[in-house]
Amino acid sequence: MKCEQEQRLRHIAVDLREDIVRIGYTCHFGVHLGGSLSLAEILSVLYFHVLSVKPDDPGWAERDRLVLSKGHGNLALCAALARRGFFPFEGLDQFNQLNSPFSMHADHERVPGVEASAGALGHGLPIALGMALSSRIEDASWRTYCILSDGEMMEGSSWEAMMAAAHFGLDSLTAIIDRNRLSLDGHTRDVMTLEPLAEKCRAFGWTTLEVDGHDVTALMDALSAEVAQEGRPKVVIANTVKGSGVSFLEDRASSHFGHLTEEETHQARAELEEMRAQIV
Amino acid sequence: MSGSTKKPLGLGLSSRDAFGRMLVRLGEGDDRVVALTADLASSVRVAEFGERFPERMFNFGVAEQNMMGAAAGLALSGKIPFVSTYAVFATLRAAEQMRTDVAYMNLPVRICVSHSGLSLGPGGPTHHSIEDIAIYRAIANMTVIVPADGLGTVAALRTIKDWDGPVFVRLSRATEPTVYAQAFRFRVGRGTLVREGKDVSIIACGSCVGRSLQAADALSEEGLDPQVIDMASVKPIDRDLIVAAAEKTKRIVTVEEHSVIGGLGGAVSEVVAEEGLAVRLTRLGLKDHFATTGPYDELLALYGLDAEGIAATIRDLMTPGKHPGSREA
Repeated sequence: MKCEQEQRLRHIAVDLREDIVRIGYTCHFGVHLGGSLSLAEILSVLYFHVLSVKPDDPGWAERDRLVLSKGHGNLALCAALARRGFFPFEGLDQFNQLNSPFSMHADHERVPGVEASAGALGHGLPIALGMALSSRIEDASWRTYCILSDGEMMEGSSWEAMMAAAHFGLDSLTAIIDRNRLSLDGHTRDVMTLEPLAEKCRAFGWTTLEVDGHDVTALMDALSAEVAQEGRPKVVIANTVKGSGVSFLEDRASSHFGHLTEEETHQARAELEEMRAQIV
Repeated sequence: MSGSTKKPLGLGLSSRDAFGRMLVRLGEGDDRVVALTADLASSVRVAEFGERFPERMFNFGVAEQNMMGAAAGLALSGKIPFVSTYAVFATLRAAEQMRTDVAYMNLPVRICVSHSGLSLGPGGPTHHSIEDIAIYRAIANMTVIVPADGLGTVAALRTIKDWDGPVFVRLSRATEPTVYAQAFRFRVGRGTLVREGKDVSIIACGSCVGRSLQAADALSEEGLDPQVIDMASVKPIDRDLIVAAAEKTKRIVTVEEHSVIGGLGGAVSEVVAEEGLAVRLTRLGLKDHFATTGPYDELLALYGLDAEGIAATIRDLMTPGKHPGSREA
């Protein structure tokens, strides 16, 4: 059973990468390729395994909430929402065009299923914290998830929220840090040291796990409700590769934002086919 | 007789005290109401709400950005958050969360700020707030309310509790001169003519309304007949009332405990210019400088924002050849 689910989630992650590559070629202006590709397994596991949502009723009061704090991963998020059935898939082809609801950053106003607009970094965890407080006031069972970039752990507001979530004992809140080790200007080690990140999270009072962010089984296990401590929020540091799945984008700061040529698109597709072939 | 007269809530209270009392009332009537503060519960008067509804009161510690973002999250989950801290912090420290999280998503967050203007006089420029109206006014979706006194605060809060979208309510640490004696229905986008007159229109907000009335009373003894408008709804502003005032009196003075740039004076100037009104206009406020430190009343006097200062500006305005706009402290 678990093996079948693992294969399914891996296939969906490849689907999402193919979507990112396609839009990366067709869209106007450019997209955040690297930080979208690093999210593929995280979003696959969340939307197709963890989250309780109703795509035909995006405002369902009892749904789990996911805030994509790294709003520049919006292409990956929208691909996941489309594949989950929140809206027709075809709309994504208008990415970045005038009057298209789909553009560089996550937009709650225009895209069903997007729980909060995001793009300015360091905003999502405070918003998710507010949602978790609301869930607690109502004694509700829905949970709140928040995906952060590692770069936005340089923002003071992220740590304000880390401190407060532990202070309020919000065990219905789970943060996932997409630790791809690259922010816009380069390696986070050079831009602003984050390590020891896990130790910092623990010191702030969070149940802290570190996993391979491209291993769907590891993500499923880490995000399982069984891995939890009462009265403590949980953070999963997902070690990922920026641009994951496309060799010429992997682990390069230059993959942060851009556009794919026709030739690059062919190569990327071939590599993703190979990735899919290895799912057994 | 005495048994039938009940003192209306807010009468004689400062706007921040009235806010604290009214917040409890709103919380009693609607369990979606939640209160957020940042280590200023007693100072901004949300402590009483916290005692009554501890499960709906959140103190974020000294961390305003997180508080403002969490307010957005609470509103996204169906709550009506009342966020309260000092005006300067709500405006500047948490500005991007206010704009991007609260206003862009058009969420029903009520940002009710205390210690606005110069009301924490000796606190100095770190704690004065003389840019907040300008900043909040520039934010799309945001409604900006500056009540004149305690009763005005209660009336405004009653109206905006269920308002569709975010609202900024500017409150004072100091007790404002009383403008309203009886409860009334506050309407967003409508100013109130609190004193009728024919020679000059004083358009004021917040604590300046009461002092403008005092100035008008003093001037009336000199034979002048000013009218006073409480423009508590700075955004949206009451264009019709400004047009009528300009046509009637041909002279307008705006008065606010705020920079003359971008606040009430700016808003009124925009209407005057766009409507092509033939009017002599003077903006009274802080003239593009930080205030010094000192007791509140003395600061008001120093910057011409007490009743005497307002009256002096109007005398200049009524004197041919004088340019009150150039008055310096």
